[in-house]
Amino acid sequence: MTSDIHYLLPWEFSPAVLLFCLLAGGLYLRGWRRCRRSGQPVGYWPLVSYLTGVVLIYLVMQTGFDYLAQHMLWIHRLQHLVLHHLGPFLMMLGLPGTVLPYGVPQRFTAAVLAPLWHSAPVRLLYALLQNALVAPLLFVGLIYFWLLPDIHFTAMLSASRYQLMNWSMLLDALLFWWLILDPRPRHAAGRLGYGARIVILTLVVPPQIIIGAHMALAKDSLYSVYNVCGRAWPISPLVDQQIAGLVTWIPACMMSVIGVLLVLRRWISENRESSLPAPVVS
Amino acid sequence: MRRHCNRLWGMALLLILVAGCERSPSPWVLHDISGLMPPLEFTLHDGSGQTRSEKDYRGDRVLLYFGYTHCPDICPTTLAKLVSAVHQTGKAAERTRILFVSVDPARDTTDVLQHYGQAFGPQVTALSGTQAQLRALSKRYRVSYGYGKADARGRYEVSHSSAVFIFDRHGSARLLATGADSAKKISTDLKRLAAE
Repeated sequence: MTSDIHYLLPWEFSPAVLLFCLLAGGLYLRGWRRCRRSGQPVGYWPLVSYLTGVVLIYLVMQTGFDYLAQHMLWIHRLQHLVLHHLGPFLMMLGLPGTVLPYGVPQRFTAAVLAPLWHSAPVRLLYALLQNALVAPLLFVGLIYFWLLPDIHFTAMLSASRYQLMNWSMLLDALLFWWLILDPRPRHAAGRLGYGARIVILTLVVPPQIIIGAHMALAKDSLYSVYNVCGRAWPISPLVDQQIAGLVTWIPACMMSVIGVLLVLRRWISENRESSLPAPVVS
Repeated sequence: MRRHCNRLWGMALLLILVAGCERSPSPWVLHDISGLMPPLEFTLHDGSGQTRSEKDYRGDRVLLYFGYTHCPDICPTTLAKLVSAVHQTGKAAERTRILFVSVDPARDTTDVLQHYGQAFGPQVTALSGTQAQLRALSKRYRVSYGYGKADARGRYEVSHSSAVFIFDRHGSARLLATGADSAKKISTDLKRLAAE
């Protein structure tokens, strides 16, 4: 029994991850309750989706799963599937743009967040990162960057680079999926059109297929660091790499498909609302 | 016009950043891991049962390797290769230690460790420790080990890393040799390390 609990404890404790998850979850819950009270309730599904995302992110970073991710290529890919795709995707379905402003203490927003948010460097950086060309490039670029064999080698050896890798995947994904799933109405500042979102989601698919297929179909082992440092359990390096390739390839691209469907649904329903004939009063 | 200038500045800045990232080619044959891994630190015991730590090897260049004495092929060949590499460094060999850490303390008792180390030569010290000590050390250097299922005669395989971590006289992690690196390659870098 004690050995089972052991798997739920962090392999390498990170105060930053704990703080991020506690704040992300706690502030959301507070905001969700206050939304209810203020008469603008947000449903249960967004709540469930958002918290599932936060819990998944915590689990892959702060349990025995993290040990496996350091010593098995395909589990590392699964970890990044959660950090770069699934976790932030689920969080953004939880309407954080509506809920979190209610959750963050107002004084803190007024004194710290609002001035920071409206400061020129932050605005500039945000505009750059959320640019319709930069965002997909960064989203796919990070996957490629950390999978360059030499970069991957050092990221798996150095504890600080490993953390940098995981944080960069997570933070970029939060920005990316916010851009894609942004639920604000038309003409909201900085909001991307539905057509552009679909184009972006489509654009990021082929590069992910290519790198996934490259791994899955390679004849020899591309990432020697797992041979050098030892795998979590005995498995052939090629089998490990083939599964890793499939994880990088198929579920990651499915997230794009699901994204497109969600954007389409919103697009259609918005069109329908705006084209409804005004009620005739006689 | 002003916008144009801004863009030009941006591009110049980007170029500088990219140029800054380009590193000069490494002078080492093996993987250079300077700054990537923490300095040497451990608490284990040797074949005489005496507690050993990194302090006992201060001033030595250390080659750290994980394995187990029942290992049929990789461990003995790697150790033989390391011994040969150290011999090839000539005079520098004097202050170079090979630390073989057995991750199979259940079978590798102090007696076994003593004989195993001696069999390879005076540069080799076979060490082991409790599971907690071994886990701490393997976690520090981000390597894994595990045990296979025992057969009818109680024999089991142990999975372990193939990495050889090389530390300089100050205990800083400097180089990483893998199973593919020859004794000649390793000795080339050991000589360079000794010349520092």
